[in-house]
Amino acid sequence: MNLQRVAAMIQRHFYLYQRSPPRIMEIFFWPLMDLLVWGFITIYLQRTQLNLPRFVLFFLGALLLWDLLYRAQQGISISFLEEVWSKNLLNLFVSPLRPCEFLAALMTISVAKMLIAGLASALMAWWLYSFNVFVIGVALIPFTLNLLVMGWSIGIISMSAILRAGQQAEVLAWGLGFLIQPVSAVFYPVSVLPAWIQPVALALPSSHIFEGMRLVLETGILPYDSLIKATLLNGVIITGAIAFFYHTLRVVKDKGLLIQRGTE
Amino acid sequence: MKQDTPPLALEVTHLTKSFNGVTAVNDISFTVSEGEIVGLLGPNGAGKTTLIQLLLGLITETSGTIHILGMDLKKDRSKILSQVNFSSSYVSMPTSLTLWENLNVFAKLYGIRDYKDQINRLLTLLEIHSLKDSLTRHLSSGQLTRLSLAKALLNTPRLLFLDEPTASLDPDMADKTRTLLKAIRDQYKITLLYTSHNMKEMQEISDRIIFLYQGKILVSGTPAAVLDHFKENSLESVFLKVARGGNAE
Ligand SMILES: Nc1ncnc2c1ncn2[C@@H]1O[C@H](COP(=O)(O)OP(=O)(O)OP(=O)(O)O)[C@@H](O)[C@H]1O
Ligand SMILES: [Mg+2]
Repeated sequence: MNLQRVAAMIQRHFYLYQRSPPRIMEIFFWPLMDLLVWGFITIYLQRTQLNLPRFVLFFLGALLLWDLLYRAQQGISISFLEEVWSKNLLNLFVSPLRPCEFLAALMTISVAKMLIAGLASALMAWWLYSFNVFVIGVALIPFTLNLLVMGWSIGIISMSAILRAGQQAEVLAWGLGFLIQPVSAVFYPVSVLPAWIQPVALALPSSHIFEGMRLVLETGILPYDSLIKATLLNGVIITGAIAFFYHTLRVVKDKGLLIQRGTE
Repeated sequence: MKQDTPPLALEVTHLTKSFNGVTAVNDISFTVSEGEIVGLLGPNGAGKTTLIQLLLGLITETSGTIHILGMDLKKDRSKILSQVNFSSSYVSMPTSLTLWENLNVFAKLYGIRDYKDQINRLLTLLEIHSLKDSLTRHLSSGQLTRLSLAKALLNTPRLLFLDEPTASLDPDMADKTRTLLKAIRDQYKITLLYTSHNMKEMQEISDRIIFLYQGKILVSGTPAAVLDHFKENSLESVFLKVARGGNAE
């Protein structure tokens, strides 16, 4: 791993964002829209005597955490697409940059995107609804780390799919995260899901994180059990995602698809 | 170093690549000496791009071996990549970065030490220095080609692959780029393997021509030798003879 090359790739994206107000806006726009819609829904529900316990807390907490996962994923998949769109992929693949360095750079960009968007959303939630996400307490740190690693995994899987299948798979860069949202127990417990799909939910680190979040908010107890499960599952998933990426690279080189991805 | 045989920049033996059923490169063997300029000529689909991608390790070969600068491409790919480079009319660069920023990123990817001097030198050589702070998206295609060439020369490559570098250029720009390639050759003593559909260009700057047809080397030699081989007086007529008459010889 050559850190100078990793830094060069990060700098390339820094240049890009520095010059692109729409890209910077995009980081803040969606979380703000989500917060507005969901925040007002929860306020409305509270006022209609549906006196659900800690409703605002649950929803806004879930929303903010979900956005962390989504940003982490996009930090990988969209950054990769930037290279495809600018026909720069071949330039990178004929340079000494190694795939692991490429991944390391994308992961770092993903951390940056997640932190910036996360802090901005947290501030907006506090300002709009006096919701302080830090009431989650120290558990916020392992939650965030787990969401980050899961976001990386989904990002790497969608990137590999785009490498393999080309433009027709580009929608995965945005969509794959939302595909797993219904089974991630983001806004409701796993027990609400039909029995047959519950195993799928429990196999995802995200469901344990969101269950854990609700437990902390409700009882203040640190959900060690959920955290351990999420971490172990994440270990498996990120390993699988990276292996899938390397496997895809081999397939793509064998089928001669790199040049198509780099120039289509 | 032996005096009679210059060291090999490239040694390809029995290289074959099939894409389920289509054999794009068919049992090719050839060598390129250091400092040589070799033009790959051949009709559409002859296998030129596939060959170049194979030599860069962007495509895995079905069989055969590739040695570049004495190293095995399979084993030492990243070491080789730091000493070679590539450019083509079908690649581009991030358009929202300035020329300087783009070259800066690549200079770091290639680990260039005195990168500021090197970037300035290349921008001047390629006559785009006044544009260094312009956004890449504002370049004309000729200027973009020059930027691509600057990127391809950043690491002072010992071996440079160019796939149709002058496609999409108007005749004037193409002519200027040719002059530039010659200047680069003289200044950097570079080994160059390139493709083009411009026969005049081939004849003008190649030391040797490799004529590919249906994945095989039909003939290889100096431009004069190739003309002689086909008993024609221009590469264009050679090309037409092969492309229309099939494997004439
Ligand atoms: N990834 C691929 N999958 C399947 N077939 C391919 C692939 N890449 C190239 N081919 C086939 O291999 C042959 C050689 O293609 P190649 O692009 O190397 O030709 P070329 O000499 O560069 O042609 P051109 O002058 O049009 O650029 C063609 O028949 C092409 O259809
Ligand atoms: Mg070609």
